[in-house]
Amino acid sequence: MALADRTAGRESSSLDVRRAWRQADYWATLYLRTWKSSVVSSFITPLLYIVAMGVLLGGFIKGDPSKLEGATSYLAFVTPGLLAAQGMNTVVGEVTYPVMGMIKWQRIYFGMIATPLTVSEVVLAHLGFVVFRVATVSAVFLAVMAPFGVFESFTGVILAFLVQLLAAVAFAAPVYALTTRLKDESGFSLIFRLGLIPMFLFSGGFFPVSNLDTWMEWLAKATPLWHVVDLTRMLVLGTVDGSTALIHVVYLVALAAVGWVLAVRGLERRLIS
Amino acid sequence: MIYASGLRKSFVAGGSTVEAVRGIDVEVRKGEYFGFLGPNGAGKSSTMRMIAAVSPVSGGSLKILGLDPAKDGPEIRARIGVCPQEDTLDTELNVRDNLVIYGRYFGLSRTEVKQRAEELLEFVQLTEKATAKVDDLSGGMKRRLTIARSLINKPEVLLLDEPTTGLDPQARHVVWDRLFRLKQQGVTLVMTTHYMDEAEQLCDRLVVMDKGLIVAEGSPTDLIREYSTREVAELRFGIGENELVAPKVEDLAERVEVLPDRLLLYSADGEETIAKVHERGLEPVMSLVRRSTLEDVFLRLTGRTLVD
Repeated sequence: MALADRTAGRESSSLDVRRAWRQADYWATLYLRTWKSSVVSSFITPLLYIVAMGVLLGGFIKGDPSKLEGATSYLAFVTPGLLAAQGMNTVVGEVTYPVMGMIKWQRIYFGMIATPLTVSEVVLAHLGFVVFRVATVSAVFLAVMAPFGVFESFTGVILAFLVQLLAAVAFAAPVYALTTRLKDESGFSLIFRLGLIPMFLFSGGFFPVSNLDTWMEWLAKATPLWHVVDLTRMLVLGTVDGSTALIHVVYLVALAAVGWVLAVRGLERRLIS
Repeated sequence: MIYASGLRKSFVAGGSTVEAVRGIDVEVRKGEYFGFLGPNGAGKSSTMRMIAAVSPVSGGSLKILGLDPAKDGPEIRARIGVCPQEDTLDTELNVRDNLVIYGRYFGLSRTEVKQRAEELLEFVQLTEKATAKVDDLSGGMKRRLTIARSLINKPEVLLLDEPTTGLDPQARHVVWDRLFRLKQQGVTLVMTTHYMDEAEQLCDRLVVMDKGLIVAEGSPTDLIREYSTREVAELRFGIGENELVAPKVEDLAERVEVLPDRLLLYSADGEETIAKVHERGLEPVMSLVRRSTLEDVFLRLTGRTLVD
């Protein structure tokens, strides 16, 4: 019995990228139908933060590059932090309620796996859509911020953009995995209140984590958001430290990989019994 | 088309192992309309999910279109159609898009899938609703849309899990009519149901399942012949009287069944049985003779106890 289960498990985790791509029309149709309702949260809200925190609050903060991790102004300091935080918020919005809806409310995933698609391919397409959403949000954000002179080099901006895509997977896969293991939506408020909001505030987006007590600083440095913020900031400010950057990338890749395995396994458990 | 031998399905629920299917042998032939009949919890849906290659086999062997679901899941699913018990339509998409998007999952081109979507909308009489929201459809229309969706890949086998549960009589008849047409087109259909009239009208051959096992197999007429009599005399003696009368008429029929409101006397000739009852000086308040149905077979085989 256990053997049969394992054999079948191999089938559901088989992954054919071309077959997964067949879901493109679904996600495109869904996006075309819903993008307008996400305009405010995706494109306007981050700019409000920029104005309020970066420009207005930042006006009171004297830019000392040695205290602002190499940024010449608070706006330049906070911009990469907000970019990273915006990516995280977009991701978590996409892999909590929508994923649960497709599992238990609308049960759309059940329709999908009745076709040649496998569970891995379903997860891949959904995460692919999340990456696409982060790409649009990040591209607009970077384009709007470019004229403010907060970026050192074009290459740095492009690399920072790519980092947001990696970060999208690193956030999406584990949270997706968590969603597949929740019975109902009440768990989401814990994710938001205990995970998202503290990370948003204390992971180095708004102030250098070195301002924190030592133990809090280490706690902040353990969060995925800090790795994204620090890496993004290095790239746009041109203050890249090779070995630190490598640690960030390895951390995010590892998080994405572990999240992926758990996400596929979690969805398998919900769809295939 | 489908071949199962000693097929088993068990899963762990709440710490204990549930044996949903406990070793069944089934063979479904090409072009046949095959039914799984049984009360709730008999293992019909578990069997269907294994055949649909979305539920791993726990024991025994299963071949669908000659393929092994443990290894060739995607290929099997590419060649079958599945109409699930609960609708899994996408309410974010309109009626036509539900078909078009679904067709894309099978790797069909956009042109191909659009053309098939129009044909299928016509077939299930939903052409006028093509741009309607799924939420605005009636239960019967949703079911027809789900059936249309399951046909988008021109399946060799169509699996229907309780296709008319929850539909009103008119809607059921429309669905039956469409299913019957599919059969005429040569599609192999496999259906689960707990509606006897549905099984009797549509199925060429069926198995009756109970507690994870097959308890009978054959065509509806074979089953009636084998497990029931040609006719049934139904007698009503009034509440509380039926049990008292039962022993007095026991020898007049092959089998007597006592229900709270009436007695069922199974015999070859119902009129003659009723005449004999009258000869004994017993006067039922009401009596009628009817032909045996699959329901009689079903209740005899699976009992009258309510399974929740």
